[in-house]
Amino acid sequence: MKKAKLILEDGTIFEGWSFGYEQEGDHCATSADTSGEVVFCTAMTGYPESLTDPSYAGQLLVMTYPLVGNYGVPPQEKWESDRIYARSLIVSDYSAAYSHWDGRESLSEWLIREKIPAITGVDTRRLTKVLRERGVMMGKIEIGDASTTTNLYKPATEYSSINWVERVSCRSVVRYNEGADIKVVLVDCGVKANIIRCLVNRGCEVIRVPWNYDYTEMDFDALFLGNGPGDPNLCGEAIDILKKQMQRSDKPIFGICLGNQLLAKAAGATVYKLKYGHRSHNQPVRLVGENKCFITAQNHGYAVDAQTLPADWKELFVNMNDGSNEGIQHSSKPWFSAQFHPEACSGPVDTEFLFDRFVASIKK
Amino acid sequence: MRDETIHKVLLLGSGALKIGEAGEFDYSGSQALKALREEGIKTVLINPNIATVQTSEGVADEIYYLPVQPYFVERVIEKERPEGILLAFGGQTALNCGVELYRSGVLERYGVRVLGTPVQSIIDTEDRELFVEKLNEIDVKTIRSEACSSVEEARQAAQKVGYPVILRAAYALGGLGSGFCDNEQELNELAEKAFAFSPQVLVEKSLKGWKEIEYEVVRDKYDNCITVCNMENLDPLGIHTGESIVVAPSQTLSNAEFHKLRALAIKIIRHIGIVGECNVQYALDPQSEDYRVIEVNARLSRSSALASKATGYPLAFVAAKLGLGYGLFELKNAVTKETSAFFEPALDYVVCKIPRWDLSKFHGVDRELGSSMKSVGEVMAIGRTFEEALQKGLRMIGQGMHGFVENKELTIPDIAAALHEPTDKRIFVVSKAMHLPEYDIDRIYELTKIDRWFLEKLKHIIDIDDRLKSVTSIKSSDGTTASLMEAALRAIPADLIREAKMYGFSDFQIARAIGLENEVNRLEDGHSRGEKMHRAMLVVRELRKRLGILPVVKQIDTMAAEYPTQTNYLYLTYSSLDGAKNNVGHDVAYENDSRSVIVLGSGAYRIGSSVEFDWCGVQALNTIRREGYRSVMINYNPETVSTDYDLCDRLYFDELTFERVMDIIDLEIPYGVIVSTGGQIPNNLAVYLDEEHVPILGTQASDIDCAEDRAKFSAMLNEIGVNQPEWSALTSMEDIDSFVERVGFPVLVRPSYVLSGAAMNVCSNKEELERFLKLAANVSKNHPVVVSKFIEHAKEIEMDAVARNGEILAYAISEHIEYAGVHSGDATIQFPPQKLYVETVRRIKRISKQIAKALHINGPFNIQYMARQNDILVIECNLRASRSFPFVSKVLKLNLIDLATHVMLDLPVERPSKNLFDLDYVGIKASQFSFNRLQNADPVLGVDMASTGEVGCIGDSTDIALLTAMLSVGHRIPKKGGSILLSTGGAKQKAAMLDAARQLATHGYHLYATHGTSDYLTANGIENTTVLWPSEENSSKEYVTEAPSALELLHDHKIDMVVNIPKDLTSHELTNGYKIRRVSIDLNIPLITNARLASAFINAFIEVPLDTIPIKSWREYQ
Repeated sequence: MKKAKLILEDGTIFEGWSFGYEQEGDHCATSADTSGEVVFCTAMTGYPESLTDPSYAGQLLVMTYPLVGNYGVPPQEKWESDRIYARSLIVSDYSAAYSHWDGRESLSEWLIREKIPAITGVDTRRLTKVLRERGVMMGKIEIGDASTTTNLYKPATEYSSINWVERVSCRSVVRYNEGADIKVVLVDCGVKANIIRCLVNRGCEVIRVPWNYDYTEMDFDALFLGNGPGDPNLCGEAIDILKKQMQRSDKPIFGICLGNQLLAKAAGATVYKLKYGHRSHNQPVRLVGENKCFITAQNHGYAVDAQTLPADWKELFVNMNDGSNEGIQHSSKPWFSAQFHPEACSGPVDTEFLFDRFVASIKK
Repeated sequence: MRDETIHKVLLLGSGALKIGEAGEFDYSGSQALKALREEGIKTVLINPNIATVQTSEGVADEIYYLPVQPYFVERVIEKERPEGILLAFGGQTALNCGVELYRSGVLERYGVRVLGTPVQSIIDTEDRELFVEKLNEIDVKTIRSEACSSVEEARQAAQKVGYPVILRAAYALGGLGSGFCDNEQELNELAEKAFAFSPQVLVEKSLKGWKEIEYEVVRDKYDNCITVCNMENLDPLGIHTGESIVVAPSQTLSNAEFHKLRALAIKIIRHIGIVGECNVQYALDPQSEDYRVIEVNARLSRSSALASKATGYPLAFVAAKLGLGYGLFELKNAVTKETSAFFEPALDYVVCKIPRWDLSKFHGVDRELGSSMKSVGEVMAIGRTFEEALQKGLRMIGQGMHGFVENKELTIPDIAAALHEPTDKRIFVVSKAMHLPEYDIDRIYELTKIDRWFLEKLKHIIDIDDRLKSVTSIKSSDGTTASLMEAALRAIPADLIREAKMYGFSDFQIARAIGLENEVNRLEDGHSRGEKMHRAMLVVRELRKRLGILPVVKQIDTMAAEYPTQTNYLYLTYSSLDGAKNNVGHDVAYENDSRSVIVLGSGAYRIGSSVEFDWCGVQALNTIRREGYRSVMINYNPETVSTDYDLCDRLYFDELTFERVMDIIDLEIPYGVIVSTGGQIPNNLAVYLDEEHVPILGTQASDIDCAEDRAKFSAMLNEIGVNQPEWSALTSMEDIDSFVERVGFPVLVRPSYVLSGAAMNVCSNKEELERFLKLAANVSKNHPVVVSKFIEHAKEIEMDAVARNGEILAYAISEHIEYAGVHSGDATIQFPPQKLYVETVRRIKRISKQIAKALHINGPFNIQYMARQNDILVIECNLRASRSFPFVSKVLKLNLIDLATHVMLDLPVERPSKNLFDLDYVGIKASQFSFNRLQNADPVLGVDMASTGEVGCIGDSTDIALLTAMLSVGHRIPKKGGSILLSTGGAKQKAAMLDAARQLATHGYHLYATHGTSDYLTANGIENTTVLWPSEENSSKEYVTEAPSALELLHDHKIDMVVNIPKDLTSHELTNGYKIRRVSIDLNIPLITNARLASAFINAFIEVPLDTIPIKSWREYQ
């Protein structure tokens, strides 16, 4: 295996071995593709789901669980989209040999096929602590011996300056489960496949529209705001359309992740960037005012400032570790959202009932 | 919020350690008691296991060393009147006892509420039928049998459950007519045969080769649920999870599988209504997402202790709080102390649990692993690669293995069979097979059904080993070992060493692989083999340090570094390429203030070393902390309290090898290291640590060596004029013969440097001696055999003491009830001694003083003596705490380890005024055996230790203490008018048993006796019925035909107690006595095999009616 390294913008360097795509020739030619915001995820399973989650677009994904690749890569219908969105994968101990009845290829083969560089042999705990203490930052992968690589990296563009939603959203309207009783417009900011599955399984026709598509004139029963990458403050168009919809109709709205942030922005609240985000399968949230708590899957770098919610909105869920907002709801209208991922995939499925609640609110 | 009406709570312990129920319940009970006391609740504990931490001062408010049995528990409830009772923290023993008290209405009568999981939920999980029914209600799949009475019905049933199926003939012994069917044709054939044996056939889905997965689940009364950890067995279904290598978290499950089983676990715990913790075990199809629930344990378990240690989430502590009414959201994460206890730990390491067996201690035992548990202990290893964790673990089990490779060659006659029918050597058989070209991974998979992922990882270790082996031979340039390091430095690439270290290779494995061991052997002739191994290892250590290849210290923080933590729960790892290269990535900043005191733990529980050393270690930590030093523990046994990170300032959950201990010492730069509270493992390290100038606190290494080395010790005794049984270290048969000629039979034969008498035996004649030596020679090829005169009918006496600068500060003399010949770990011990001559005591004190002085003892020590009349002989001396330290400390109410730790820290101490002759009560320590778990093992006691645990009970008289102790280890008082079967051995034993037999007869017991014993009893005027030995059953002798058969009586449950004393100590064959003893064990009939113990027990239960035993707590004995 070739040597490889990760260079953080603050100058910290982590060495390892390459197990993903290796650009032929001059390493500098690839530098634009192998850089991105370095984020860590503490989930112990689910690398195929994470890699294909469009919310990881533009990011170099660090897995804190050291053993990755154990069960290979499942067939595409089990992915969360049709390709890998993360820019790179950084692990401690890649399992070259995989074993699983549903595995179609090894993680390494897949990464190479999708032209994604990856490093193994990195002390991902040390890396995580750097990100935790100094906040997420840009970083770059370099492949090759010390003699052929540099130790310096100055990012050309910052992750947060890019409208990632625009890059990952669908280009035209797509319909799923056509002819079903309930019609749900799904605003695609980089939606995960399992959100669509969860809606279809509950008897919904899903009308997937681009992030800045004006759906307000369409024929539908409820609105779904999906997850997606990046800074919601750059999604002005989507927020404007959402505001328009909320002014003209009381149709149910359910948002997840970025959807929570868009709904909050449309309601008038503000959204801020977290130091290093929540990316894990073990985030505890509490139903505000109740003794009900849930373990949730999360993947977000921004959060709603609950203090800025207008009077007719209230917090629905709160994070039990750091008190950050985990969902909001309107005090009278059937509008609510979750910052976490009730559709899981990957992660715990304890909050999937929120989809039931959404569908029930439509049927009412 | 917590229920404020509860002020006093009773907690049931698990009693003596036994196979399947060991130290994990000391840990869970201690945690629960801590959780209660924190709330200001008064705690009452019933547990006769006196060596535990939970039965120590300050852990519970009242401690009763009484049997965990309904009668005694009721009496304690009657006296203490607690509002609540906790049943989930004392294993199956406590659970069963609690269910019985509930059913008999005792709990209701005294208004005692069961805290946590309701009893009905417990019953629902314990009763197989109720359990299946309960899970059917929520459409969760279980393993179920379909009873069929015709081939046609069997066909339909098979169709329903799906092929492959297993067919079992009901009511047929030994699996007659059972087997697997892959399709209908096979089923037709097998079913036909099966119906020939039995009118009923059970059809069950075959889960052979399925994965075994466990989840630890927690639920509060608000219905909030979390799963703290999941675990995967390396061995597929069919091998008891206690016998399997287990990893956490699961390694081969996809996200979908992981969360499907997790969601099911939560569904199940909600439906059953657990409040607290439970464990759900699954079988998972390796070819799909199909699953079955195997069982649910509605209590803390071995797995939950493992999960707590594996994740840092204190399950027992939290479960106790939930029992008091708290919600999970009201509790804090014990590690971060800031985030919520309602969360699921994220691991950034892999944990590997490996069982420890001691099967070679048992004669005749089946070595095959199966659905029942035989292991006596376990270890947990932590690493950042699976290979690292596994290799660490294989070293930790302490059976002379260096990891997965570079071990001594195993002789396996049929590898395919050994892979297919696993024994305790399983993992090493896999290693051996992987070295052979005919066993590729597919073949090994077919034979073992171990998931290919694990096999590939194991193969990876072998590949690295092969690369190490291909390093060009390293030769010393000048014929000295000193130059070897330079040669090695040139020969081996640094990256290869880094890689080997990342994947768990020890310095010694590397040394052996690159040929250094051979080279050292060549150069340093004359040293012992162990020393040469040590030198070779040191070369690699030096080389590695030169290259800057050092391990890093990582925290177990429950959150994979997501939140900052101050946790002191640590392990070492080589982690990564850059970690091993730059020595960066430590999670701990060291103070370098010389205030750390490192206590070396006792490692895996095994026969001869278990919870008592854990107690010693914990006491040492407590004292160190109290005295303002930083207490540091190194240990790796997940079943212990000493590995609870709350108990010390820093816990290294890591190996107790020289290599790892030195790695830690290099970082800690400690004030000193305590090697005398962890049994033999740390004791054996003393000399090597001393060579590295490590400050050893207490008795110095050279003196320890003098006590350990038989020749040096003997010379010292001669010098001070102290006697010992005549012995000699001999290397040839002629030498042995001439020695035996001089001293006469019987003789005791053993290798040097052993704990608990492995490969030790008494030989009564030449034939036995020769046969045994053949066995022992294999064990100790490079060591001489030590033969000593065995003295019969001698008393054995223990001296446990603490000395300062060679002067004894405090001591406890205790006396064995059995005569010498029963290993001190198996013997029943009374303290203070009740039947020793004053003169004997005086002489023992005097000799002990002399020895303490000669060895400059500074700390705890133990001397074993033999006495015949007033003739005193020294058998053995250990310059460390012994197994009996907790027992004598608690009976004497003087913590000898606390005292010893003060001495070792060089703090001023006052000579305690307490004296054993002041005590108005007696303590009895009795042994717990686990023969019922060890199929075919002969339950007879000898010089080799066989017990797995012990209890200690206190009474106003020996009889009371003995009776409660014997009841605590599972003996029962035969019912009034019941029957006792006697075979009382040789003439001396027969005589010793005569009074007891007479007492039994007088008190209305019916005596059955085998003919020799029968004749003797009749001749002495004691009425009895002669019974047949098994061998006599088909004999034609006339007197025999009239008599009933002993075995039949046992099988018909006509016998309430068996006393069966073997005539000599050496007979290992399937004898008559063996059959009777074994059947007694298999039928759960109390058995005693020692005349003196049997007499004492019989006397006790006749003299002391059960209801006259006073119910007194430890505090009440003044």
